Amino acid sequence: MHIVVCVKQVPDTKIIKINPKTNTLDRRSAPAILNPYDAHAVQEAVKIRKKTGGTISVLSMGPPQATAVIKKSIEIGADRGYLITDRAFAGADTLATSYALSKALERIGKEIPVDMVICGKHAIDGDTGQVGPGIARRLDIPPITNVIEVTEVNQQENTVLMKRKLSNGYELIQTELPCLMTVEKEINNIEYSPLPNMIKAARYEPIIWAVSDLENVDRTQLGLKGSPTIVGKMFTPPRPEGGKRIEGTADEQVKQLMDILLESKDLFTLQASN
Amino acid sequence: MNLDDYRGVWVFIEQNNQKIEGVSLELLGAGRRLADKLMVPLAGFLLGSGVKPLASQVIAYGADEVYMIDHPVLKQYRTESYMKGVMLLAQKYMPEIILYGATPNGKDLASAVATDLVTGLTADTTMLDADLDSRLLEASRPAFGGNIMATILCKKHRPQMATVRPKVMKALEPDSSRLGKIIEENITLQEEDMRTKVLQIVNDVTKKTNLADAHVIVCGGKGMGDIQNFQLIHEFAETIGASVGGTRDVVEAGWLPHEQQIGQTGETVTPKIYFAIGISGAIQHVVGMKNSELIIAINKDPNAPIFDVATYGIVGDALEIVPKLIEQFERLKNEKGGEISYA
Repeated sequence: MHIVVCVKQVPDTKIIKINPKTNTLDRRSAPAILNPYDAHAVQEAVKIRKKTGGTISVLSMGPPQATAVIKKSIEIGADRGYLITDRAFAGADTLATSYALSKALERIGKEIPVDMVICGKHAIDGDTGQVGPGIARRLDIPPITNVIEVTEVNQQENTVLMKRKLSNGYELIQTELPCLMTVEKEINNIEYSPLPNMIKAARYEPIIWAVSDLENVDRTQLGLKGSPTIVGKMFTPPRPEGGKRIEGTADEQVKQLMDILLESKDLFTLQASN
Repeated sequence: MNLDDYRGVWVFIEQNNQKIEGVSLELLGAGRRLADKLMVPLAGFLLGSGVKPLASQVIAYGADEVYMIDHPVLKQYRTESYMKGVMLLAQKYMPEIILYGATPNGKDLASAVATDLVTGLTADTTMLDADLDSRLLEASRPAFGGNIMATILCKKHRPQMATVRPKVMKALEPDSSRLGKIIEENITLQEEDMRTKVLQIVNDVTKKTNLADAHVIVCGGKGMGDIQNFQLIHEFAETIGASVGGTRDVVEAGWLPHEQQIGQTGETVTPKIYFAIGISGAIQHVVGMKNSELIIAINKDPNAPIFDVATYGIVGDALEIVPKLIEQFERLKNEKGGEISYA
């Protein structure tokens, strides 16, 4: 069983700042972390490997310092990691990103055939969730998004059974291997990394590839050039005028609010139960 | 690619068990506005098994045309079968814009279709506009964790595609006298060729509808300080019979499960009454709750953006105000001898 987990280095959006003059992201203001959903993807691969045996590779696209998220993945339990990094990848939208990653996956698959690709549901900096299904289409393998449980991996039958989250519940799905899944956070809990993993991660040197290391690449499909979407403008939405302020001491504020609520008869009625 | 060959605004009509999803009707409302602006027809496209009776509803909600593929293999949503259907329709009729609801299935389908059509797709849009001169779809969404909006354009590829958050756009009042054209297409699909099987669908509404259908929501933010203080949110909600929600920060801090997150990457809610307590009002949160009828915000910071969307704002310490509110409601309940219910 060879599982490849696609991971992304993202700025920690909890701490991120926007430069108000240029309306762009001040990347220096936020520490870079492994996208939290991808951490669950790596963890799920570790869970599957416990049952099936095999190898877990992680793959990332990003600047050279993105090796940090590969090391982090090794800490969680991945066996090896690849970073594709090249100026030609810069400015990629989801379409160009899925193209580049699928080319890297093809090369990885030549070394050891890939049985399963796992991605996080989305990255917290872009929140799109479009790259995973895009990779699946390019590799012509079934995409299963929003997975909340991998119920069974059957290597004899070459099938996998899983639960996929829906708007109002979930569905139980069976698909063929190889397949691609994107995972929700609730699929597992990130386990505490054992010491040998930490030591391995600290010493690990990821395999680094440039565009020239990939085969049959159409360069017009990479980076900014290969991206159909562009950011037209950034703006802060006009601030609405806002409502009425309730002034006074805390007691006065609470009293006024109670009056307002009790008068909003169309919204709110207090009914005696007897 | 000759961009002028592409004409018309299309909306994916998502249905489950022959029932159209609310977001698809909302998108017909939004799509109507775009189609009128671009002076082209609005079409809904519908895939499924036994879905023919739904076409009239699509027209009543604003479509001029309904494109339909009715096939037993399409009974349940699957990426591979549905995308084949959409590819067939999109390549034959060449719409310039396709909108999908940002539901699990809508997002899954749009991502696959965009890859095969080699076109741009904007995710989780919350504002839509179009420009008649350039014929560009202007799809805007909160970006970078949600404190700013970005307008995404797709200049050189068609169709221009976007997924749109549920409950953000407004559906039109249905008009059953509206007339429209129904176009049926045939597709060759074999169940044996399908790599993916849906074995079972389980409706587990307990977690979700709690928020989505809630009449009153008490939502707490990081301003509550810590998980102990956050208990006040639970206590207040219980007193008034409301559902509990939280911001992204609160969920990431582990104070609430993700099911209870309200905002761009959580639930979009439209209750009658929304209490925003200790919430600053980042755009990514506001897009998930701004259509609530009555919004009451409690926050220490008089400049917090949440006050801009609030119907009533209280500048004050939630830890002081909320216990007093609980006390008031408890007293009312005791006086009236009953539970609180909502009309």
